[in-house]
Amino acid sequence: MTDTTATAAPFQLYEDHGHGHHAEHLPGFFQRWFMSTNHKDIGILYLIFAIFAGIVGGAISGLMRLELAAPGIQYLPLWAGTDNFDTALHLWNVLITAHGLIMVFFMVMPAMVGGFGNYFVPIMIGAPDMAFPRMNNISFWLLVPAFILLLSSTFVSGGTGPGAGTGWTVYAPLSTSGSAGPAVDLGILALHIAGASSILGAINFITTILNMRAPGMTLHKMPLFAWSMLVTSFLLLLALPVLAAAITMLLTDRNFGTTFFDASGGGDPILYQHLFWFFGHPEVYIMILPGFGMISHIIATFSRKPVFGYLGMAYAMVAIGVVGFIVWAHHMFTTGLSVNTKMYFTAATMVIAVPTGIKIFSWIATMWGGSLSFRTPMVWALGFVFMFTVGGVTGVVLANGGIDNYVHDTYYVIAHFHYVLSLGAVFALFAGFYYWFPKMSGKNYSELLGQLHFWLFFAGVNMLFFPMHFLGLQGMPRRYPDYPDAYSYWNHFASIGYGVMLLGMLVFFVNVIVSLVAGRKAAANPWGEGATTLEWTLPSPPPFHQFEQLPRID
Amino acid sequence: MTTLKPIVAIMALAGAIMAAVPTLAQAPVPAPVVQEAAPPAAAPAAVPATPAAPAFAHAAPEAGIGQPVPGAITLQPQFTEVGADARWMHNAVLMPIITVISLFVLLLLLYAVFRYRAKVNPLPSGTSHNTFIEVMWTLAPVVILVVIAVPSIQLLAKQYAAPRADLTVKVIGNQWYWTYQYPDNGDFEIVSNMLREKDEIPAGQRARTDADGPRLLAVDERMVVPAGAVVKLIVTSNDVIHSFAVPAFWAKMDAVPGRLNETWFKVDRPGVYYGQCSELCGARHAYMPIAVEVVPPARFAAWVASKGGTMKGAAPAAPAANETVPAAAPAQGATAS
Repeated sequence: MTDTTATAAPFQLYEDHGHGHHAEHLPGFFQRWFMSTNHKDIGILYLIFAIFAGIVGGAISGLMRLELAAPGIQYLPLWAGTDNFDTALHLWNVLITAHGLIMVFFMVMPAMVGGFGNYFVPIMIGAPDMAFPRMNNISFWLLVPAFILLLSSTFVSGGTGPGAGTGWTVYAPLSTSGSAGPAVDLGILALHIAGASSILGAINFITTILNMRAPGMTLHKMPLFAWSMLVTSFLLLLALPVLAAAITMLLTDRNFGTTFFDASGGGDPILYQHLFWFFGHPEVYIMILPGFGMISHIIATFSRKPVFGYLGMAYAMVAIGVVGFIVWAHHMFTTGLSVNTKMYFTAATMVIAVPTGIKIFSWIATMWGGSLSFRTPMVWALGFVFMFTVGGVTGVVLANGGIDNYVHDTYYVIAHFHYVLSLGAVFALFAGFYYWFPKMSGKNYSELLGQLHFWLFFAGVNMLFFPMHFLGLQGMPRRYPDYPDAYSYWNHFASIGYGVMLLGMLVFFVNVIVSLVAGRKAAANPWGEGATTLEWTLPSPPPFHQFEQLPRID
Repeated sequence: MTTLKPIVAIMALAGAIMAAVPTLAQAPVPAPVVQEAAPPAAAPAAVPATPAAPAFAHAAPEAGIGQPVPGAITLQPQFTEVGADARWMHNAVLMPIITVISLFVLLLLLYAVFRYRAKVNPLPSGTSHNTFIEVMWTLAPVVILVVIAVPSIQLLAKQYAAPRADLTVKVIGNQWYWTYQYPDNGDFEIVSNMLREKDEIPAGQRARTDADGPRLLAVDERMVVPAGAVVKLIVTSNDVIHSFAVPAFWAKMDAVPGRLNETWFKVDRPGVYYGQCSELCGARHAYMPIAVEVVPPARFAAWVASKGGTMKGAAPAAPAANETVPAAAPAQGATAS
């Protein structure tokens, strides 16, 4: 008898809490943020992490633009703190490597997948949380040591100087026999851990989306952002193990005497490139597909219209994901592939333009006949559609193996992938950030500062990256700290563009701080009738646990 | 950015402040530079290879040919048939198509922005499907891509349809210089190092002059090939991956250790054409340019003779006559094999 009452009393207490003052019984600070199993808190952690990594990666690109602002080597010996010219030049390679790895693995992916994906996929599909909350936690906390490992690699020898100077592609044999010292090993381990984090996250998303949709929400009624995360998760799940295999082979080549990528032992450096790009090409879709999902919601919301061609949009993403796995060797057109191989990869690559075109036209058709309001998220989304188109059409140029022979490894390629990433994925990230900022923080951002941020950033990145097309067409190779004087005009121009973009970023940080400190309280749905997904049915910010009673979708 | 300051501060703390122009002294592992190798070999009289006493009168580069032009925004002029075709493909097929597509998307966006803004169109339509238009915007890109694919595939086929080679040159990438071997001409080897600026090297060493070419493009020993000849390149590497690239020939081929990659070009117009290593190969990736000098066949024979090589079919000893070659020339060349 006493036993029964003893157990009943706490139960009673819990019930009281449940019905009473809900939000006041959050876990303590340490437990909430360091041992979190709550998808929204983990999403916020991911976003904070991504912003921090973005600052580091963006600062590195600032150093690069500073050095490239004029021909000659101006700053590298100073920054490297050495009068050894080779060590100073090695610092350049460390900078480009770190910029690439940080932006890909520690900024875009954590923000898109870990941040917005974690926060909004469960809410959008009407689930209380992710399927594996503890795995969700370790996904995030693996990323932190991975980032620390990567940063620490810059303090140990990478051969010619401190840090890994292999480029983000880590091509053998530059990364094996060409880089003595432990820096590249640390970098590889960082990628391993970041990859494990992403694989766990992908498993979590797939399980959540396939099993935890609210009653009535069939896959064909699921919001497009959830669709994009489902496709992205499959890409992660299939692509990352290949990267893991490739960089493990690098590790054993470096440390245990294997010769997977060493011709003197029967291996082949080109094998590494095949493995890397079998991962690397899906990776670029991993970085952009969640953005596609966000942009669809944002354009629909601010057009006050449903997404045009919903099924076409969903299956276009599936098609991009599938085709993305069979085009990898267009990154390798100058490695000595046979002509038939190049013809196949030329044709297959161009096919991707078809589903991408469907998406572009469907976004425009969503606006067509709508009632458009140009709030900050919408402005970013419009910028995204046009800039992604520009980046996409130069992709069609690069897809031609015969043309790529000239522009491969020139600034044309840099221009192309920054248009789809720095003006594509990053625009989508900012669009999503402004779109969901009131929901996540419960505060409205400053519309004025948001618009100012957009226009400065838009002008800056276009000044920064558009001239790179010209440099590439004139033949300027990538990954050069110094260039013939003929390239100085557009390089200088691009560096000025970086400054303009930096101003825009300062406005962004001011906006975030001001809004968090002094923003007006946000309504549950600040965007009006156009915002139809489930997150807008919850208060802003959503309660610690949402959907204790599952919503029904009709 | 907030993190920028500490990084810069740490770096500034760690190292002494450098002179504005670093001395480009050869590092502990020096590339086998020709100037260093040549003097001990022979001909003690002809000390450092100064530009004043050339064994072979090299051509001077021409502005806008085979090198970038300040502020230019287009492809470099092309001097091979493949390059001319590819340039046409880019300028006449791809650029118009992608420009029209981009402007079309921009116009649609701008039209939608003005026509359907909330002030003008307060009541949104509910249209969310139109099968006809969805099929159209799937098929239209397919048609455009087929239009692009046909010349693209033809171009690829042409690039690989190499005629019978008149001359084979073996191109070997090294950290950080190129070597060129001429197996058809007695298998001599040319070591090609970038020329530095006068203020970057000790006095007495050969510095770049404008006759050598632009900064970061000029080399001490150019690859010399005859005009009008089909030149087959066999490209490989001694250490890491490099990439042999000459934009004016539309030529780019990775130099991969353990692989013999093959490409070719045929240039009719004599001149000097520059390129740069196009695959990240370590610290001095930006400092191993490529310079190809195309000369009339007779002068090619003279150049071969000046390097101690032989022309096909010619008697090995006879220095191909028709050029005024200084008598000491053969001894002064690069490391003849």
